[in-house]
Amino acid sequence: MSNLTVKAGGFGRLMEKTKTGRLFALAGGLFLVAVLAGALAPSYGDGALITGKAWAEEAEGQPAAAAEGEGAVAAEGEEAAVDDNTWKPMPTPKLEAKDYPQLSGIDGRLAVWIAAQLHLFFAAFVLGVPIFVWVIELIGVLSGDKRYDHMAHEFMKVSMTGFSLAASFGGLLSFLLVVFYPDFMEYMTSIFGKTMIIYAVLFFAESFFVYTYYYGWDRMSASSGGKWLHLGLGLGLNGSGMLLMVLSNSWASFMMAPSGIGPEGQFLGDSWAAIHGKLWNPLNLHRFIANIAYGGSLTAAYAAFKFITTESPEEKAHYDWMGYTSFIIAMAGLLPLPFAGYWLTKEVYDYSQQMGITLMGGVFAWLFILQAVLIGAIFLSANYYLWCSLGRTEASKRFYYLIQPMGVVIVISFLIWFTPHTLIMTSKELSQIGGAHHPVLGSLGVMAAKNTAVNILILATFLSFQLFMRSNSKPVGDGFWAKNGLSIQVGLFTAAIINIVFLGIYSYLIPANIRIGLSIPQVSTTAVVCVLGIIIQTLEFKGAKDITSFRWGHMPARSQYALFMLAVSFTWLMGLMGYCRSAIRQHWHVYTVFRDNSPAAYTPTLPYAAWVVTIIVMIFMALVFFMFWMPILAAKKKEEQETGH
Amino acid sequence: MKALLKIVVFSLAVICGFAGYTTFGLPLIVPEAPPVEEKLGGDITMDQFIAVGEKIYNGKGTCTLCHNPVGGRAPMLESVASLAIERMSDPRYAGKAKTIEEYLLESMVDPSAMVVEGFGKKGTNDTVSPMPDVSKGAIGLSAVEINAVIGYLQNIAGVEVTVSLPTGDEGAPAEDAAPAEIKVAESPEEAFAKFDCLSCHIVPGMEEGGDIGPDLTDMASVAGGRKKGMSSTQYIIESILKPNDFVVEEYDADMMPDDYAGRMTVAEMNMIVDALAGKK
Repeated sequence: MSNLTVKAGGFGRLMEKTKTGRLFALAGGLFLVAVLAGALAPSYGDGALITGKAWAEEAEGQPAAAAEGEGAVAAEGEEAAVDDNTWKPMPTPKLEAKDYPQLSGIDGRLAVWIAAQLHLFFAAFVLGVPIFVWVIELIGVLSGDKRYDHMAHEFMKVSMTGFSLAASFGGLLSFLLVVFYPDFMEYMTSIFGKTMIIYAVLFFAESFFVYTYYYGWDRMSASSGGKWLHLGLGLGLNGSGMLLMVLSNSWASFMMAPSGIGPEGQFLGDSWAAIHGKLWNPLNLHRFIANIAYGGSLTAAYAAFKFITTESPEEKAHYDWMGYTSFIIAMAGLLPLPFAGYWLTKEVYDYSQQMGITLMGGVFAWLFILQAVLIGAIFLSANYYLWCSLGRTEASKRFYYLIQPMGVVIVISFLIWFTPHTLIMTSKELSQIGGAHHPVLGSLGVMAAKNTAVNILILATFLSFQLFMRSNSKPVGDGFWAKNGLSIQVGLFTAAIINIVFLGIYSYLIPANIRIGLSIPQVSTTAVVCVLGIIIQTLEFKGAKDITSFRWGHMPARSQYALFMLAVSFTWLMGLMGYCRSAIRQHWHVYTVFRDNSPAAYTPTLPYAAWVVTIIVMIFMALVFFMFWMPILAAKKKEEQETGH
Repeated sequence: MKALLKIVVFSLAVICGFAGYTTFGLPLIVPEAPPVEEKLGGDITMDQFIAVGEKIYNGKGTCTLCHNPVGGRAPMLESVASLAIERMSDPRYAGKAKTIEEYLLESMVDPSAMVVEGFGKKGTNDTVSPMPDVSKGAIGLSAVEINAVIGYLQNIAGVEVTVSLPTGDEGAPAEDAAPAEIKVAESPEEAFAKFDCLSCHIVPGMEEGGDIGPDLTDMASVAGGRKKGMSSTQYIIESILKPNDFVVEEYDADMMPDDYAGRMTVAEMNMIVDALAGKK
């Protein structure tokens, strides 16, 4: 490994000098708090509260479960029924189209959609990055290797503007929700008001931790005690960030699978029951893992950008290493993500079979073909990057012959994965093909083939990783693992592939309800190979020496585009699945209890959703590129000042 | 700058590639509009009524999401009406229906009364159906719509269609009903009387009371300790809205009606809660 010199990025220097980042974040935070306060204030305090008035108004004789939306606002001066600080249930509003404010020229749903997704992109990024930053910093402290510390600091620097933007879009989202969906917000506030207050307080806590953690980095790193204090701040940052995430997740999961409410939607007063819904924890886990993967993919894109735009060999080496580390983090998050997604989907089915089937077998079924294409693109770019990574050492040439067959296996697996089961055809096409399934390819569209293909795809990617890891090392000594490690791993891979393919073929011969159970041994096989593969390879190369020099920075520029492909595909995929998660509620604000009767309550078509996601991703990437471009601008200006031109 | 432009163009190409594939590479499916309640007048024929039932069966009722030959998630219903007699005599049958029409109605609003073998919720030994009550929740069919579906199911099974045609009054707006009949209680005593609390409970301040349910005289002192983390007010409200969530020892579940949420005004509930909690 070459000697890497970690330098603070120009963008970070610019931010430190101008304080723009801090001011921007402060403005965003204040905006968020102001909007939240505006939304929450009516539900607390004395009898003048909106929700209190709703109960008082309701005493006019409307049934509790059938109070109209307009009944939720009481006349001035009317005495509220709330005479103490205990809660009382707010009726579930039954809204009509006229209850949704219309602002000419603005599509309320679209505006909320865009703001929410942009907020989620930045929020996922800034929640994910500090997790691995903290781990890398800890590795640096424990190993005494300063390079880790420098890299962790730079990762943090990249994410700082993200904090400001996440807060700003969060504020915008709150504002838009209050403007376009006031009754919905009132209902949600009547249930989650307490958690929203806690959320606002946590936001301040997170701001405190993020600024002390980032700006105190160098000062606290000067002494051992200071460093541990710094790690403590990092823990506080991650803890407050995590709490923010799980709190806001509870609002989203409540909307999908409401809990803690009566049969007609009335809140029963137990906030924990409302938070702790059936989908809360699956969503928490899924987002936690996805945040890490997403944070990794974006920092990889940042490193790729810096790699491409710099001419300095030292900087190229540094950003190559940074890009590789980010890539590994992204992949480490990506691989377990499908299992978390499986748990979430299983719980969706368990909560409501109707919702589950709408998701996987209804109008959203084709979305999962699209998802397969996107994940396929991620895997293809990941493998391409790993193969390019072999070029960092001459010694890896001995593995080049494996790349082509692996590429063929990956492409075939990808094609099988996105083969649809049932084709939508005209009657003419139907008669020409002879049915809704293609006579040959149709059999590849079932889960038996898809599960097999996905597992082979993951194994092939893991093999690419394994090849890179062993590319410049040779086992030394006569130890058992040094002598037999490779043979054992080849045997392990062979046995796993035979097992996975056998189970896949056997799946065709058994009933559907038993077939689905076979996916578990297939996935377990893959997981075992990955875990054992790492353990065995570690034992095999214990004390191993480098074959030749390892040259960080010796990567073709096209390999960095693979990292961009990874980041863009991840972002687009997140946007698509965010739409999917929200849209399966269909015409319900809160599934089954609070109907959406706005003019935009319909489910949009997939192409419409795809183009909305595309526009959102374009806006997001434009902001990301702006973040990347700033250091160049700053560096150029500095250069001009230094040279006097 | 040139490198930045190249990266931007590459990223745009990838993004638009995904959108283009979605637009041109996947079949266009236009999701159905949000369901609306069928408005049925009194001059409808049985054939039209059955046709409405078929429309609801394939649309708003979302029956075919599960009852289809592909997924194997729920039994097919082509002959469910002709199998009804057999099902009602099954030892596992736990419903109260006596006729085919009643059985079909029961299977829609209380699906666990009879779960066809192999289609129950996992781990329940086919005693609990995964099917929701179609009159509530996301589906929310009206009584007339349910009748139309029953008519459709009877028709496709080839049995006699026995459902009554709608008269047109079933779905009449609330203002058509005589408002005088809905009297809102103005005092806790009136509220207790209106909802027949005294038939089962002894209520503080009231002379008569039953012993089918727990004595509520000392509710103010015991309610706060009934459920951990729940105040006395919270517990009382839950006991009214969801009486089976916590059943006092020695008393049976399912005895108290669980539909007060739809019948009681919030003001009435507040009065009852305050009276039981000893606040007024």
